[in-house]
Amino acid sequence: MLDRIARAQHVIGEACTKLNRQITIMEVCGTHTVSIFRHGIRSTLPAGLKLLSGPGCPVCVTDQGYIDVVLELAGRDDCLIATYGDMIRVPGSAGSLETRSSRGNVRVVLSTDDALTLARENPDMTVVFIAVGFETTAPATAVAVKEAADQGVENFCILSGHKLVIPAMRALLGGKNDRVDAFLCPGHVSVIIGSHAFAEIVDDFQRPCVVAGFEPLQIIESLAEICRQLSAGSAELKSMYGAVVSEAGNTAAQKMIAECFDAVDGCWRGLGNIPQSTLVLKEEYARFDAFRRFGVEDKPGEESSGCRCGEVLCGLIEPPECALFGTRCSPEEPIGPCMVSSEGTCAAWYKYGQRK
Amino acid sequence: MCGMVQIRAKEIEQTMTNDPKKVLLAHGGGGLLTSRLIQDHVLPALENDTLAALGDSAHLELDSSRICFTTDGYVVKPLFFPGGDIGKLAVCGTVNDLAVAGSRPVALALSLIIEEGLEFDVLDRILRSIGETARENNVSVVTGDTKTVERGSADAIFITTTGVGVKLMEANLGFDRIEIGDKVLINGTIGDHGMTIISQREGISFDSPLESDCAGLAGLTGALFEKVSGIKFMRDATRGGLAAVLSETAEGSGKSVSISETAIPVGPAVQAAADMLGFDVLNIANEGKFVAVVSADRAEECLSICRDHPLGTDAAIIGEIVPTQDAPLVKLTTRIGGTRIVQTPYGRELPRIC
Repeated sequence: MLDRIARAQHVIGEACTKLNRQITIMEVCGTHTVSIFRHGIRSTLPAGLKLLSGPGCPVCVTDQGYIDVVLELAGRDDCLIATYGDMIRVPGSAGSLETRSSRGNVRVVLSTDDALTLARENPDMTVVFIAVGFETTAPATAVAVKEAADQGVENFCILSGHKLVIPAMRALLGGKNDRVDAFLCPGHVSVIIGSHAFAEIVDDFQRPCVVAGFEPLQIIESLAEICRQLSAGSAELKSMYGAVVSEAGNTAAQKMIAECFDAVDGCWRGLGNIPQSTLVLKEEYARFDAFRRFGVEDKPGEESSGCRCGEVLCGLIEPPECALFGTRCSPEEPIGPCMVSSEGTCAAWYKYGQRK
Repeated sequence: MCGMVQIRAKEIEQTMTNDPKKVLLAHGGGGLLTSRLIQDHVLPALENDTLAALGDSAHLELDSSRICFTTDGYVVKPLFFPGGDIGKLAVCGTVNDLAVAGSRPVALALSLIIEEGLEFDVLDRILRSIGETARENNVSVVTGDTKTVERGSADAIFITTTGVGVKLMEANLGFDRIEIGDKVLINGTIGDHGMTIISQREGISFDSPLESDCAGLAGLTGALFEKVSGIKFMRDATRGGLAAVLSETAEGSGKSVSISETAIPVGPAVQAAADMLGFDVLNIANEGKFVAVVSADRAEECLSICRDHPLGTDAAIIGEIVPTQDAPLVKLTTRIGGTRIVQTPYGRELPRIC
């Protein structure tokens, strides 16, 4: 393995020397972020190559307005909130689910199946599943909604905050941060959407896109492949994760998403409103849509004072550039979502010691 | 054995009607049933004269005026897991706290908080395990207490053990003794206990099964202290895992610790489970592992004593004490040759693992 790493490092080093400028590669997957830190990958790269973490952590990209709706529903006596654990500590305008959970109506679930079970066990309450995540978690939500419809579990609904990765990458290159030279494309999401989904980024923006898994060797070799392309002045789509990711992706999961959801414009933390980037339930499943059932809407929210998570998510700053990082904002007392989620960029910088 | 609580009418009624195979609230009432619980279940399992006297306190004759004293509560779920159970854990955990402090564990106090409805079969299995583990570790349970609580007020059984150990003359431990160049040693693979518990809880199985490393370390640590003079610091790596112990070592000594990922023993099943669930194996709990800081010239001797002992066959020197630059840190060289910092985990990654 060390031989291959040395070869990849050599390619990266040569590209940096040849280009003689800062090369910026962005990963858009929280698992990549953690793997890069855990294996100390940054420390093996030349100074000319900068790795940025983009909008890849589902909890982090969720807008403040959505969190406030979650808290509003958690405040109702007739609702039982079912959520993935990561969402529990994300602060809204007033408190978090953790501080609200003392009322006993917030439950952490490991799957949508658990949320449905919760609904069956509590027929007098409406179970609201906090449906966040990218194309990786959306199919499971779709399955749960279909199952609820088929079996008549009418006290179940979802608050969809599901997001799509490609529109976010387009929004970044389209204005928010066009200094990104290339993308290390997310392994998990690619399993669902297929590597070919990134072709439009390559074609429309001439940026190399390389799909990678999570082993450190594969990440470094993917970075080397990107550097090779940049050095040659080309932009190609390549998958280094071919054993797991196909070109077409998981068509059954894609069909499931398409049958249940429509893609509409939606608000992202830091990135603002992005066209066709957010999933809402189709009309035929409207009764399972918590927004419609309770007549609530997520207005674009404001970030906590001083919090720069939005800029972190766009790769405009690195966490230590935020005045709150490691001082007022830490994993024990997070102010922004990037410090809450274990896959958040700020949490990874904090945990693995990449301080100022 | 105290617990003078009035038996209420409801409890008497339960006594009349409930399943005789299950613990009743009345078993904690301080009356006849409490006496039966102790006589029929506790004493046979833990068998020793000091305990059998059933005084309010045990009388111990210690051969030293220097003693170590510690206590720990155990609330692990599930109660039984591959490699151990809550009873074995309750003995080993407290024995290990005494052992790594440089003492020979002598006596334990045992406090049981039992939820109404616990089956006696389960209680007996736990008590037998406590008895066996105590005998294996040459330590006696000499006093104790039992309480019962209403259904829902505890989760099956909670155990607290308090232990006394006699300080070994040979052991001289302290952060202040740690010097640059000292070696850092661990007695075997890390993460086994924590990953076993989490995989049990999540119902995940692997090709090669996970098994907790739950074990009493006093025999091995006693041999080390007796034979090697250069042991400067020792701590058991329980909750928070290896990362927490190394961070404490750096902070306490004011010196940095440099470790190598490839030198740290990790079983393949543990590594696979941790990778799958996204855990950093350095943060995962152990229940039969100690970290020792040893002077460089005695490190190999320590390693060979460990490797000759059943609880140290996979022992390894994983790093050394190095000078501090800005602040004392734990620096890890990763398997790809990168470096990163290791910190005390802050989260609650694994609930109720011990």
